[in-house]
Amino acid sequence: MWRYTVRRILQMIPVLIGTTFIIYAMVFALPGDPIQALAGSKPLPQSVINALHERYNLDDPLVVQYAKYMANAFQGDFGETFYGQSVTSALESRWPVTLKLALVAWVFELVAGVTLGVWAGLRRGKFTDRVILGGTTLIIAVPTFVVAYSAQLLLGVKWDIFPVAGTQEGWVSYILPGIVLGSFSLAFVARLVRTSIAENLRADYMRTARAKGLPKHRVVVRHLLRNSLIPVVTYLGVDLGSLMSGALVVEAVFNMPGIGQGIFQAVQTKQGTLVVGVTTILVLIYLFANLIVDLLYGVLDPRIRYE
Amino acid sequence: MRRWRGAAPLFAVVAASSLVLTACGDDGGGEGDKGKTGGTFVEGINEPDNLTPGFTTSSYSSTVINALFDPLTELTPQGKVKMLDAQSVESTDQQNWTVKLRKGSKFSNGDPVTAESYVDAWNNAAYGPNGAAANYYFANIDGYDALNPEEGKPKEKTLSGLKVVDKQTFTVKLTGKFSDYPLTLATPFAFAPLPKEALDNPKAFKENPVGNGPFQMDGKWEHNQQIKVKKTKGYTGTRKPKVDGVTFRVYTSDDTQYNDVLGGGLDIGTVPANKVKAAKQQVGDRLQTIPAGTMDYLGFPLFEKKYQSADLRKAISMAIDREGIVKAVYDNGFKPMKSLTPPIVPGYQADACGEFCEYDPAKAKALLKKAGGFEGDLTLWFSNADPTYEKWMRIVAQNLKDNLGINAKFKKVPDSDYLTTLNEAKQNGPYRNNWVMDYPSAENYLASMWGVGNRMGWKGKTHDKFNKLIDEAKAAGTDSEREAKYNEAQQIAIDEMPMAPLWNWQNFTIASEKLGEVPIDSYAYDGNGVRIEDVTVK
Repeated sequence: MWRYTVRRILQMIPVLIGTTFIIYAMVFALPGDPIQALAGSKPLPQSVINALHERYNLDDPLVVQYAKYMANAFQGDFGETFYGQSVTSALESRWPVTLKLALVAWVFELVAGVTLGVWAGLRRGKFTDRVILGGTTLIIAVPTFVVAYSAQLLLGVKWDIFPVAGTQEGWVSYILPGIVLGSFSLAFVARLVRTSIAENLRADYMRTARAKGLPKHRVVVRHLLRNSLIPVVTYLGVDLGSLMSGALVVEAVFNMPGIGQGIFQAVQTKQGTLVVGVTTILVLIYLFANLIVDLLYGVLDPRIRYE
Repeated sequence: MRRWRGAAPLFAVVAASSLVLTACGDDGGGEGDKGKTGGTFVEGINEPDNLTPGFTTSSYSSTVINALFDPLTELTPQGKVKMLDAQSVESTDQQNWTVKLRKGSKFSNGDPVTAESYVDAWNNAAYGPNGAAANYYFANIDGYDALNPEEGKPKEKTLSGLKVVDKQTFTVKLTGKFSDYPLTLATPFAFAPLPKEALDNPKAFKENPVGNGPFQMDGKWEHNQQIKVKKTKGYTGTRKPKVDGVTFRVYTSDDTQYNDVLGGGLDIGTVPANKVKAAKQQVGDRLQTIPAGTMDYLGFPLFEKKYQSADLRKAISMAIDREGIVKAVYDNGFKPMKSLTPPIVPGYQADACGEFCEYDPAKAKALLKKAGGFEGDLTLWFSNADPTYEKWMRIVAQNLKDNLGINAKFKKVPDSDYLTTLNEAKQNGPYRNNWVMDYPSAENYLASMWGVGNRMGWKGKTHDKFNKLIDEAKAAGTDSEREAKYNEAQQIAIDEMPMAPLWNWQNFTIASEKLGEVPIDSYAYDGNGVRIEDVTVK
């Protein structure tokens, strides 16, 4: 298992270099002059454009730009934004927000999703199952920003249960946005668990467990749930990454200065260094999440072994 | 709808008209009897790009810089120039200006404000290699070209037109006569003084700027979250604040700002145009509307053969239903214009454009006939910065088809590429043209659009008589003479119609119940038009 883990980590290095280059190239290929776009609706004097082009290596060919960027990155300098803020400090201020938000959403979808899924799966075809199926379909169908604004208006403005927006009130500020962000995935998790549970209910080992006279909760938790979780764990692992990168809408509505907004603004203003800085960390999260998921398979199903 | 471009919004000075001021405040400078002194409030902004004067033109940066700095002059709520950090700004020939500083002015770190505080800051921003965003604000000072060559390193490091006379006095020599110069100096994000530490350690200063204004930083700039300022201890200027402090909270969505005001988390916020109707019913006169300095035009590519006839350009202007567009796209939030300058500019003539900006399909058709008709398709150019651009361009296209029988196509350019497109004169058809005011003078609109070295005419032709009138206006000693000359110049521009005026933007600001007086006018350099020093908390 150790050899396997080390091998997987070593494999990440070429993946990282490849993805950063592709992302850098994609930002490079966006049309327009980022410096000119910085100035809004008025043209900048040529001398200023020249100075800023030189400062950010914008006149170099793609490969040279990328090489300069990587050379600095290996020395711990991830460059600066066109507004003169260092990318490292920009990330430092944004990551905690996104991490907290994603964590709240993730825990919510895990707990609520698995609970609803098990419930529906055990009562397959009955009324509870129908309600849960219908409810999750509705959540998947409604666009995030509608859910977000409705939740904000009702729970924040009208009933005053949660803060309307911002991160001023610590963890409390993250509850409503977290729930909104997690609700979409929750629907998926619930459906995955439901199908998996319903399928495994008819498995031989279930009949054996029941025949042995084991108490019901033990049958469900130790035998049924453990065997039903593999597809869910895969989904939850990858979803942690998407929760962090895909929170753009929720972050904007609830005014949370996180990574999603950061990427959006960075792409909009064509800031290669910032986009690469943010995405590199996202790529790392995806890679590690996948690794952990793969390792968890072995824990959940002893038949899976790593050499 | 987004008020300004997301990335680096250009400063939009918001504008006044006595008509729209509501019960909340009749006069920015007035003593309030509603509310008392003390307390703090929260105002919504977007993330500023830079808080060092000279290095930004963003309206959100301006909001904060306006709190931290006092420039030489300020504009009253009526748009008149008043001395602020200067004792006097005088000239006998409108070209050589002598600035005398107010005695006792100092930065919040204790350093006195001297002539060097201004001259060094201006030289620093005007020096091309420093890449300062407000660099062009110094282009009318003698010696600017030597600091900003088209290519290569400049030979000079300081503007030859700036001279320190003594600690309290410096002189400015302009490249030409410009009687509105003291008015331009009210722009805090360009012309505010800097303490020595700003030039010695610009990186640290940017995060924690030190100014000579009514407020000082209360902790560092918390990026993407908030900027807190508190009353400056020992402030000796005339903008003495009534509250103890202000928190500028950073938002990315105007809708959220609006909801947060309703929910009590924010005290002053921007209302998106599509929410204005609902807001009026919901909050009454806590919603205030003021005209902005921003104008939209339909520009014509004067370098294209097809668009050489002024009659054709006028025909197109007359075929556009401005009222209909503003109603359909902006819910009447913007005002249709028949002038190249907005109402907040002195000397504004509401009907300067006359019948040529009137929606009149029959006359438009006749003019088109006189111009010899139009061959082939017409392409309308705009950027994707805001979805409303496409919406109104589609109505323009429909207007042209219905009224003139011209088949219009669209060319939507990525926002980041739009300026370059116009700069390189690639647009081969009428295009969206927009001007955000730098300072309330007709010169800022007319000369920038069509004058010599214009920044907005985009390779169009200029007109000798027009240029001569602009120069005469700039040299004029009295307001009435100046305004008359500008209006004469405007008539030429209307007659030639290098661009058709469309509409004037408005700003909508909402205040929470917690606040007492919230004086708002079009000449405050706060992004929401608020005179923050005069705001009171109940």
